[in-house]
Amino acid sequence: MPVERLLPTSDAEDLLALTREIARKELLPRVDAAESSATPPRDVFRTLGRAGLLSLPYAEELGGGGQPYEVYLQVVEEIAAVWMSVAVGVSVHSLTCYPLAQFGTAAQQQRWLGDMLGGDQLGAYCLSEREAGSDIASMRTRATEADGGWTIRGTKAWISHAAHADYYTSFVRTDDTAGKGISCFLVPADAPGLGFGGPERKMGLAGDPVAEVIFDDVPVDADRMIGERGQGMAIALSALDAGRLGIAAAATGLAQSALTAATAYAKERQQFGRVIAEHQGLAFMLADMEAATASARAAYLFAARLKDAGRPFGKQAAIAKLVATDAAMKVTTDAIQVLGGAGYTTDFPVERYFREAKVTQIFEGTNQIQRLVIARHLLSENA
Amino acid sequence: MNIVVCVKYVPDAQSDRTFSDDKTTDRAGVDGLLSELDEYAVEEALKLVEAGEGEVTVVTIGPDEAAEAVKKALQMGADKGVHISDDAIHGSDAVATSLLLAEAIKKIGQPDLILTGMGSTDGLMNIVPTMVAERLGLPAVTLVSSLEVNGSTVTGRRDGDTASETIEASLPALVSVTDQTNEPRYPSFKGIMAAKKKPVETWSLGDLGVDAGQVGLNNAWVQVESFEARPPREQGQVVTDEGDGGTKLAEFLSTHKFV
Ligand SMILES: Cc1cc2nc3c(=O)[nH]c(=O)nc-3n(C[C@H](O)[C@H](O)[C@H](O)COP(=O)(O)OP(=O)(O)OC[C@H]3O[C@@H](n4cnc5c(N)ncnc54)[C@H](O)[C@@H]3O)c2cc1C
Repeated sequence: MPVERLLPTSDAEDLLALTREIARKELLPRVDAAESSATPPRDVFRTLGRAGLLSLPYAEELGGGGQPYEVYLQVVEEIAAVWMSVAVGVSVHSLTCYPLAQFGTAAQQQRWLGDMLGGDQLGAYCLSEREAGSDIASMRTRATEADGGWTIRGTKAWISHAAHADYYTSFVRTDDTAGKGISCFLVPADAPGLGFGGPERKMGLAGDPVAEVIFDDVPVDADRMIGERGQGMAIALSALDAGRLGIAAAATGLAQSALTAATAYAKERQQFGRVIAEHQGLAFMLADMEAATASARAAYLFAARLKDAGRPFGKQAAIAKLVATDAAMKVTTDAIQVLGGAGYTTDFPVERYFREAKVTQIFEGTNQIQRLVIARHLLSENA
Repeated sequence: MNIVVCVKYVPDAQSDRTFSDDKTTDRAGVDGLLSELDEYAVEEALKLVEAGEGEVTVVTIGPDEAAEAVKKALQMGADKGVHISDDAIHGSDAVATSLLLAEAIKKIGQPDLILTGMGSTDGLMNIVPTMVAERLGLPAVTLVSSLEVNGSTVTGRRDGDTASETIEASLPALVSVTDQTNEPRYPSFKGIMAAKKKPVETWSLGDLGVDAGQVGLNNAWVQVESFEARPPREQGQVVTDEGDGGTKLAEFLSTHKFV
């Protein structure tokens, strides 16, 4: 049974049907092998791109699908329900286009955005550093002015799609004032001096290649600066508000899969002479899992609708990210419990869901940082 | 080059397929879709037209829901759709189906090429394409795994167990393609939106000038008497190798007439 959804248009219904079809035929047969061998599924992104699924939330004039966030995020959720790494990849790619689409000049958009949204390219988002994770304003990677352009030097860490991306949306220091001294650049993959560390050995999300991006005096033309000099921090935070919703939607899809697997198992497995779903102690666990998943979905959809209506949505996005990723952690943990010993083996997918859920509480702002954002909004609002 | 593709709306093979009281396939109770075998025909038509010029028209016969099969083909990129729908058609056999398709193709205007899948994923009679060609007096090149159009001829390769045949026919012709022919595309989101503006006509028996006495369950040449679910697969037999594994395997294969 597909998840019950209220979609705003029949286009959106067809789009979700297309997403489910591609997920069933292209993603499902490959996810297990690719995740256990840690093979990044670059060609899967091409299939999604050709179907128009990599540019959904951007305006049609810019080459996007012109879909509201409310719809785009449900597509991400459906992808995540089958292959989390791919859903995270779609969300990250969307994030990498955001600075140019939102803050770029018409000339810059003309030049690069069409290709970025065209479906063939995949982007990376270079913000974090080893010593600058939650505290991004302390970043040290630096761009210095050099013959009419810039030279970037430093190392970004934890970068999804590193060494696989076609361009790197990068945030680097252009002067020393902490938050105000950061600028955003669009760095092409073939820029001289751009190198990569070895892939991080992660506990999950193996299909998402994460590594350092090393800028060894990378020359970048002046016209590749997106937004104003010093506007980088504001751009990064604005992009993350939107990006967080992608993570919230992906976490919801992951929770949904764990719930579906657990429910199916509970209806078949017999103990004490009946199926375990008929033991109330277990049925209540399933009920809590369903409630958590549904709340996660409601939280991200409300934030998306605020965004689509042009209203401030930063607080609600942080709430959605917090609620949905905590729900994913809880539901995937409980799914293992429902499957008992079987759940603890790699013969069933729920242990993978559990490992994948953990990272959603960490990236795009840890859940402590989400609380910080929520509290700041809450305390600055007029009572 | 103008191409007509005959497509069928079938119950999703992933769901539990059932029969109605009159022993016809239950099309209301299960999700349906464009037969996956027909997607190869649609893809081939789109490729031919994209490489040159012309139009792809898809035609289907079936109840209201069958419009979904036309819609999917239009989303993939076909230009026009025809949906033949009439209560009297319910339960039609291959003979009647081929009559309706042939009449519809005449009404559309004789195309240069008619493409079909190798069979439907529900009926599996695999006879309709040849019957349509016969009714239209056209050459039929069936079950090809690749095809090429050169000027006024079409050449197809048919792969058999022991040989591959190359078959050539003059256009117009009917060609049925196998699941080896190509890799059908997914619709794109833009294709989905564009499909909404593409023309689809719905024709009744009257529009085709076909008499209700020529179609439907009561006039079918074949009647389904009974049906049974396939029994679940039996447990396999394990052959323990005690030095004579090869002999035992050979015995197993020959007693079951596998060799
Ligand atoms: C799989 C994966 C993919 C990633 N992809 C990308 C990417 O594509 N691009 C990118 O730029 N980054 C990426 N990251 C980096 C990610 O965003 C950071 O890991 C994250 O922001 C946290 O930073 P940190 O790891 O340095 O943790 P730290 O900031 O060192 O945090 C450690 C702990 O301290 C807590 N903490 C920190 N500050 C506070 C505070 N003020 N109050 C309360 N608690 C606090 C944190 O919540 C956390 O629990 C990725 C990370 C992972 C694991």
